Amino acid sequence: MHFTINGQSFEAEPDIRTSLLDLCREHLGLTGSKKGCDHGQCGACTMLVNGRRINSCLSLAVMHQDDEITTIEGLGTPEDLHPLQAAFVRHDGYQCGYCTPGQICSAVGMLDEVKKGWPSHVTGDLDAPTFDDGEIAERMSGNICRCAAYPNIVDAIREVAESNGDTKIAPRQPVEAGA
Amino acid sequence: MFGFGKGDTNSLTMNKAHPESLLDSSAQDVIGKPIDRIDGPKKVSGKATYAAEYALDNVAYGYLVRATVGAGKITKLDAETAKAMPGVIDVITDYATFLRNPQQGGETEAPTQGVEQVAYYGEIIAIVVAESYEAARDAALRLHVDYAPSEGRYDFQTHRNEAEKPSPQQIPPYHEQGDIEEGMKQAQHRIDVTYTTPSQNSAAMEPHASLAVWEDGALTLYGAYQMPASDKQQLAKSLGVSADKVRIVAAYVGGGFGSKLGIAPESVAAAIAAKRLGRPVKAVMARQQVFDATVRRSNTEQRMRLGADADGKLIAIGHETITSNLPGEDYFEPAGMATHFLYDGENRLITHDIVRLDWTLSGSMRAPGEAVGLIALEGAIDELAEEIGIDPIELRRRNEPEQDPEKKVPYSSRMLIPCLERGAERFGWAKRKPAGTDRRGDWLYGIGVASAARSNQLQKSAAKVSIDGQGKAHVETDMTDIGTGTYTILGQITAEILGLPIEDVIVHLGDTDAPPGAGSGGSWGAGSSGSSVYLACEALRGQIAKAMGVDEPSMTLKDGRVIADNRSVPLAELVGDGMEATGEIAPGRQEKTFNQASYGAHFAEVAVNVVTGEVRVKRMLGVFTAGRILNEKTARSQCLGGMTFGIGSALTEELVHDPRNGKVVNRDLGEYHVPVNADVPQLEVEFLHERDIQANPLHAKGLGEVGICGAAAAVGNAIYNATGVRVRDYPLTLDKLLDGLPVV
Amino acid sequence: MKTFSYAKADDAETAVRDAHVSGAKYIAGGTNLLDLMKLQVETPEKLVDISRLPLGEIEEREDGGLTIGALVPNSDLAADPRVIAKYEVLSRALLAGASGQLRNKATTGGNLLQRTRCYYFYDTSTACNKREPGSGCSAIGGFNRVLAVLGTSEHCIATHPGDMPVAMRALDATIITLKADGDKRRIPIGDFYRLPGDTPQIETVLEAGELITHVELPAPPKGKQVYVKVRDRASYAFALVSIAGVVEVADGKIASAALAFGGLGPMPWRNPAVEAALVGQAPSDAVFAAAADALLADAKGYGSNDFKIPLARRVLIATLRDLTGE
Repeated sequence: MHFTINGQSFEAEPDIRTSLLDLCREHLGLTGSKKGCDHGQCGACTMLVNGRRINSCLSLAVMHQDDEITTIEGLGTPEDLHPLQAAFVRHDGYQCGYCTPGQICSAVGMLDEVKKGWPSHVTGDLDAPTFDDGEIAERMSGNICRCAAYPNIVDAIREVAESNGDTKIAPRQPVEAGA
Repeated sequence: MFGFGKGDTNSLTMNKAHPESLLDSSAQDVIGKPIDRIDGPKKVSGKATYAAEYALDNVAYGYLVRATVGAGKITKLDAETAKAMPGVIDVITDYATFLRNPQQGGETEAPTQGVEQVAYYGEIIAIVVAESYEAARDAALRLHVDYAPSEGRYDFQTHRNEAEKPSPQQIPPYHEQGDIEEGMKQAQHRIDVTYTTPSQNSAAMEPHASLAVWEDGALTLYGAYQMPASDKQQLAKSLGVSADKVRIVAAYVGGGFGSKLGIAPESVAAAIAAKRLGRPVKAVMARQQVFDATVRRSNTEQRMRLGADADGKLIAIGHETITSNLPGEDYFEPAGMATHFLYDGENRLITHDIVRLDWTLSGSMRAPGEAVGLIALEGAIDELAEEIGIDPIELRRRNEPEQDPEKKVPYSSRMLIPCLERGAERFGWAKRKPAGTDRRGDWLYGIGVASAARSNQLQKSAAKVSIDGQGKAHVETDMTDIGTGTYTILGQITAEILGLPIEDVIVHLGDTDAPPGAGSGGSWGAGSSGSSVYLACEALRGQIAKAMGVDEPSMTLKDGRVIADNRSVPLAELVGDGMEATGEIAPGRQEKTFNQASYGAHFAEVAVNVVTGEVRVKRMLGVFTAGRILNEKTARSQCLGGMTFGIGSALTEELVHDPRNGKVVNRDLGEYHVPVNADVPQLEVEFLHERDIQANPLHAKGLGEVGICGAAAAVGNAIYNATGVRVRDYPLTLDKLLDGLPVV
Repeated sequence: MKTFSYAKADDAETAVRDAHVSGAKYIAGGTNLLDLMKLQVETPEKLVDISRLPLGEIEEREDGGLTIGALVPNSDLAADPRVIAKYEVLSRALLAGASGQLRNKATTGGNLLQRTRCYYFYDTSTACNKREPGSGCSAIGGFNRVLAVLGTSEHCIATHPGDMPVAMRALDATIITLKADGDKRRIPIGDFYRLPGDTPQIETVLEAGELITHVELPAPPKGKQVYVKVRDRASYAFALVSIAGVVEVADGKIASAALAFGGLGPMPWRNPAVEAALVGQAPSDAVFAAAADALLADAKGYGSNDFKIPLARRVLIATLRDLTGE
């Protein structure tokens, strides 16, 4: 079988049952994508396939031979981080780091969805989605972080979305508000 | 204490206060700073290597096989059919040696071994090894096993009256002081209520994983473990080899929260399989197996009695707990732990009884004891305040003890009331409305408060620090970073004391070839491991001073230079062919002569839907004290994590056991509901300035767990304030609130 | 996962030919099928990959309705401007389901066929009549928080877990299929699912090898549309109760009502008696209560799911207030 991952060509002959996730982790040495549940219930395995975020654990490798696949390794390296990777470091958007590649791939895909004007479950007016902390949290809810860096993940994504300039984000209320 | 030579060991037992800390007198000014994690770039780019990810040649894949009865004996296991399947190498059973259940943290003996007599549903009984993961999984799931089933004990309610007092151990299960009955009788205000909490699972994102390889009779196990030093002992004992033949590597661990303190069944299965096959074997638990066969936090039943005089002063505190565990296991969930010292009151009764059930082993999960114990205590305090008609913060103020009310020793430092007061001010506590009165559309709003407390512990820990010819420091210990920030804070301590830019400190963790560290658990990691690094660096300062020919105290180390005697010399020029020293810290009298604990206050605002009973946490603030904060950024993250665990245990997390066979019913992340991003608002954390000179030379206390302690109670108290409904059966899922909500 | 043979189809006709063997299954998004295959709950001998068939379009028809290709991913369907404008209940239902990643992969056809999330169905070590006919139902007498209170049988109390199909049921969608013999079939969604009875393993009227190619939505209904989902987490959880509602009020009376329910039954649930209790009436709490009575008259709890009955009642009444209010 032939695969295109992070712009590189790979040949491999895995078992027909091999998931896209296991192809990367066990056959191609791309262990950045993580296996947390193997059932689409945690998001640690999130990759971008033709630019869309998906759970690679629930994908057969054999079905993705014609696709452009991007894993965390394709976004940036420790020496040359993708803006979201850098923002996750700055905002401590992780602790143990195990869900992190999936979070970041998911965030890349998610911001693209926002750019396309896709609404979410918490969007008020589906025609004209606005973007705020609640939207980020809802849209990132397919990525579980048990260390629970959620507020920092939201901060990191918010910062990148703001710096992109193509997404207007509602201002935030401090904790002192309310009551 | 100075004038160390190369290879010196600097040991300290905390038998007296340590009022001076080099972290205060050093000049690098990096300690405490919210610097980014030094391991961060690797983590965010997928280059941090976790246990199952080491690229070894010729790895065979193991898939674990579970027992599918709750109790009984294996009578037949059809290995031959499985072995005939394509790609399958072997079906490996070793009933006597396989682990019945994981080991508890810090133990140096093997856990209970022997799996032929099945002790609980999901027990790991065999491992199928194949050339591919897919072939191993297929064969393992199809492996036919026959059992002679036997009767089991599967239902807590059925057996709760058979609860027994655990055998005496490190944590005394019973404490009786004064006369609780008499105290309750004399009290003007009384609360006598029972809280229950369910089994829970740590559900770290990385499933338990072991990659085992034998070379020349020695085992290297790349494992997902929190405490490699004792895990190595456990593994060696389990396999019947000497400890010097076992090496554990755990450089990156994808979360633990207690579940990876001791070795789990996959380790021994992988090790045995690797030995039999003569090639490396990788065994990663399926997520379902993590639920079945690692540790759970025990369910609890907690009777809380509080009796107060007319002024709201407690005169009676009763906290009687019943938890569960497998027959023959010593561990009990110490739910009354914080009740021993949190509030004043002369008549006290704190008990821990245990019901023997054929369920998955119970053991440590983040803040064992306080995490669930404070649900009951802080819920009951809230109830008492309501009963007396005073503010719950005022009630706590009136019961602030001057010393440990049981041991009658002073607190090393205690800032509970300042945490409550600071939080109240920031959160707008004064605007709290009477219960059930703040309705906004379809939502009832409420705010709640709870105290946080978690005992501080120091563990024996060692680390080696060396300085190479380039003037870079290398820290080596088998301590782990399970997301706690250990890499970074050990780097900061070293950088601070040796006067180096953080980039010039390289930290190597999680390899038992290095000096044995405390491991990550019980919030002791930073204080213990950090102190060992401190002591090694202190020794190195002596060596540097000697090389410089000056008195150590007159020397300043900063930015890689040694400054003394009107000279400034690059450190690299002084180290010759390198310097090294080992630091060792050990607990001593200070933990007996002082009560040491971290404190905090949680404030939560919730909205409860009047139609559905759904609860949303709208705001949450935690104010904490834990001695010196070593890195404000990673410390804050630890608290965010704890608070979120609190939200989960308040609202959604419940591991369900089928009463017919003990089986964990909701054994995946789809149905065991840990909080997702949308469940958690932008939590806020604040630290109040504090130093604890009794704790250790860093003056730092534990932080990894105080964030969960009391967090669930604050949410529960907020739900009461929102609805006027007091539910004591956690988690507070919507079905339990429906009856108390307004008619639709 | 048991091994299987794999065939990739380029057109629907080839696909149904390829799938016309025993033990064959179609795979498109695979998000539920692979999930179940890993656990050997599903054990197809052959997978026919239909993910590249040209069934990924959404087209407007002359009658004002939409024809949705079976391979349109959930996320694309939810974000389609025509769906948002005319079938908001469908967008809302889709967005309430699963996660962003799953919605990117799960397809319209596959989502109709999502199987139950019953804990015992998912565990091959337990008895389950749906997975292994005749073995018994472990959920009855076991833990059944997420399971059904309507339409159950003594053999099965599984719930259909979907959101999208609930909205489609309220919208009176029609499912278009291609059969192995090349015939096309139009199946109203109300006829598509089967009650468990004593054959809970048979969930739909699809024949072996029959392929869903499209879903047709009739011209948009009049009135207000909502999708309400109640669940144990704020996101990424299956419904305890969900309601897809379309209600038109004219001249102070309920002119039409379509209400479908998720989380309550073995299929996206719709009961004409509920709507009959509403249509022609002036909206009032008494009328809403009568509708709830009609919905829940035959409801039966099994212990840990008993709460669904009062919950459904509360949610239905509140939803009707919302649908009939200003």
